[in-house]
Amino acid sequence: MATPIEIHKFDTVVVGAGGAGMRAALEAGQRSHTAVLTKLYPTRSHTGAAQGGMCAALANVEEDNWEWHTFDTVKGGDYLVDQDAAEVMCKEAIDAVLDLEKMGLPFSRTPQGRIDQRRFGGHTRDHGKAAVRRSCYAADRTGHMILQTLYQQCTKHEIEFFNEFYVLDLVLAEGAVAGVVAYELATGTLHVFQAKAVVFATGGFGKMYKVSSNAHTLTGDGPGIIWRKGLPLEDMEFFQFHPTGIWKMGILLSEAARGEGGILRNKDGERFMERYAPTIKDLAPRDMVSRAIYTEIRQGRGCGPAGDHVYLDLTHLPPEQLDAKLPDITEFARTYLGIEPYDDPIPIQPTAHYAMGGIPTDLLGRVLASTDTVVPGLYAAGECACVSVHGANRLGTNSLLDINVFGKRSGIAAAEYAASAPMPELPPDPAAYVENMLTRLLDNAGGESVAAIRRDLQETMDVNAMVYRTEATLKQAEVDIATLKERYARAGVMDKGRRYNTDLLEAVELGFLLDLAQVLVIGARARNESRGGHFREDYPNRDDVNFLRHTMAYRMGGTEPASPTTEVRLDYKPVTMTRYEPTERKY
Amino acid sequence: MAGSDTPRQDDIPVDASATGDQPAGAADVPAVNSVSGDEGVGSAGPDRAVDPTAQDARTPAVTVRGTAAPSIRDVRLKIRRFLPEQDAEPHWETYTVPTEQGDRLLDAIHWVKWNIDGSLTFRRSCAHGVCGSDAMRVNGVNRLACKVLTKDLGDEVLLEPIKGLPVLKDLVVDMEPFFEAYRSVKPFLLPSPHEPTKERLQSAKDRERFDDTTKCILCAACTTSCPVYWSDDAYFGPAAIVNAHRFIFDSRDEGGEERLEILNTKEGVWRCRTTFNCTDACPRGIEVTKAIQEVKRALIFRRF
Repeated sequence: MATPIEIHKFDTVVVGAGGAGMRAALEAGQRSHTAVLTKLYPTRSHTGAAQGGMCAALANVEEDNWEWHTFDTVKGGDYLVDQDAAEVMCKEAIDAVLDLEKMGLPFSRTPQGRIDQRRFGGHTRDHGKAAVRRSCYAADRTGHMILQTLYQQCTKHEIEFFNEFYVLDLVLAEGAVAGVVAYELATGTLHVFQAKAVVFATGGFGKMYKVSSNAHTLTGDGPGIIWRKGLPLEDMEFFQFHPTGIWKMGILLSEAARGEGGILRNKDGERFMERYAPTIKDLAPRDMVSRAIYTEIRQGRGCGPAGDHVYLDLTHLPPEQLDAKLPDITEFARTYLGIEPYDDPIPIQPTAHYAMGGIPTDLLGRVLASTDTVVPGLYAAGECACVSVHGANRLGTNSLLDINVFGKRSGIAAAEYAASAPMPELPPDPAAYVENMLTRLLDNAGGESVAAIRRDLQETMDVNAMVYRTEATLKQAEVDIATLKERYARAGVMDKGRRYNTDLLEAVELGFLLDLAQVLVIGARARNESRGGHFREDYPNRDDVNFLRHTMAYRMGGTEPASPTTEVRLDYKPVTMTRYEPTERKY
Repeated sequence: MAGSDTPRQDDIPVDASATGDQPAGAADVPAVNSVSGDEGVGSAGPDRAVDPTAQDARTPAVTVRGTAAPSIRDVRLKIRRFLPEQDAEPHWETYTVPTEQGDRLLDAIHWVKWNIDGSLTFRRSCAHGVCGSDAMRVNGVNRLACKVLTKDLGDEVLLEPIKGLPVLKDLVVDMEPFFEAYRSVKPFLLPSPHEPTKERLQSAKDRERFDDTTKCILCAACTTSCPVYWSDDAYFGPAAIVNAHRFIFDSRDEGGEERLEILNTKEGVWRCRTTFNCTDACPRGIEVTKAIQEVKRALIFRRF
């Protein structure tokens, strides 16, 4: 395709400009010559859609400590959490919040002027005794404030951004990082960024599901690139379905709604969570609430003509409280459903929300090449990474915490590595793989439509690999994905131009989704137990004897994007335990 | 979208489906466009034939699954197209799109891209009004395409790129001049050098003082609705002033004087003619004109 190629040189390259990427860039940029490459303008990233808060045991409003937070995180993750990582996160949470306040984040305040805190799912006082006020928040726009604040600080520190540069490949030389290849959307030019250290912070891949809270752009680009390089992915079968998405649309209605006193009700008006989690009721962790909702629906207690949703009831809360604490989500109900939440309950259903799994890293954000080796110079943070602090089910607010703690850690570690490492040599023709991929999509006569394949992928994932799974449904999904990959090999794009070819962009994104969906489904099929967000109806119990271990998936064969010949090899990695022995998970 | 692959030809009365609340009649409208024609690989996809607002939220289910018909109507999108590699000048193209009751305008635009012309180009991401990617001119006023429902629009919808920034392709404009203005007002906290060990205290009242302007998502809907900005692109524009306001009125900030001086120039706040277009355009409900007036007042009285 004779694409023009430009070469750049940086010490550190950060891929992605959401919370994790910008937090990393703030550290790396003050220590090394740093570039941030992002396929979106920085403030468009999905961190901005996070609502409820960021937990830290500040104890501003009631007794709390980081050890309780650690316990809740481990228990919430159904004991698949690496406990050393959870300790680091919960201990550093306090400084992470104070850092943000010092950067100017406008937290909601207590009457004394301190950072206010509220309740959130699975966060408890003294190892499960009662719900605790731990979530630091700014109304129901905490993620928006974090994203804006970090961008403000990047502006202040003159961090160099390459906006609408879509990274499509990682360049390795002798097993170590040598740079990345990026496609400039505005011109169609390919750029090679030669770099000593690379931090992936590309976000999640919730667009493989149809009913999803995720942005259109969340297509697993980072994990997809890592996968094609033959590097492992960890715990991909653990995907979180948030209980309260707007019915059919999937738009997120924060757990803060229940933190502020909102109640889930079935068609009989019953507060059904009392039966599933007698102590903390509606504030049980998300996996349990999502299953409870589907159980209600399956047993005929769902609402609406099709009985396919339940209600989030805020009508008993004072309008002033809704206006002050939940202004955005109440507006979503008005805008998208025409419902006034002061007066009427909101129809909701579980929505695909968050990937617990992803690119395996250690506590410094270093990317693992196997269970016990790292890729020199390569780092990952945020939703694309798996440290693992979320285990089998992430607690609400711990994602905003994760991006701040591990974004910062990986940014520092990457810059420190870059300070001592020589500039790597680029291998010959470093952009060849990307050129071939783009040329193939542009030249394909077509016959298969990217939009149709994506829709069919989302359909099978919703039906077969969502909250409830069985061997049979997962097998069906696996067969469907194989068929879709064959169709993808024949997919073409209509737009053949160079400038802002978002048609081409969507085709590339679909390739990543197909690859990752295969890994998710095969990991889920092999895990014959139920743990956290992974629930197998044919194996309804947790099996610590055989499955208290992380899944490590490796690509076998098929190097092309979404290759039909790719097979998945599964290996396992032990869970790091420090002080908590697995016990039955009750709330 | 109904999930169909071709534009529907039938013309059905739009009656109540265009106005938004018609629970009773929903089941009487024949399902013209079968959703089961969708050849999904998963055989049992969720039924899309139910209208989210067609059921009284308090009433338990009485209808058997699948019997309620979708309220579908055609909308004609008249889009100002410009493909720089082919076109010397922009031109208009019209697409007929089948829509359902709850569809966002963005869904309708996606439908065109995914079913008719993949080269139709626009920015979007979150699809629920928080990322600020998809500001565009909808029937002559600036809106986020993901925050407008097609049922609230007429049968023909005019779509153009936001005005005052260079058009790069179709609905995509060059955002750099916009972000340059933003950066020039020092949009970051300039605190006193004495940092407390814990958080800075701020009363709820002081926090409330600048709450409105913290909501900005930098979508540019306000700036590109401003007639002054259209005629003079050196003017900072409403969004930059909103972001200056957010810090000037933050009790933790000490850079107020500095920012006010930046805005006290020929291209600063005094260019504002209070037409209120910006306030009307803001998808976050920020009282933009009021914020600009507060900055003007702060300049006059040097009190903030």
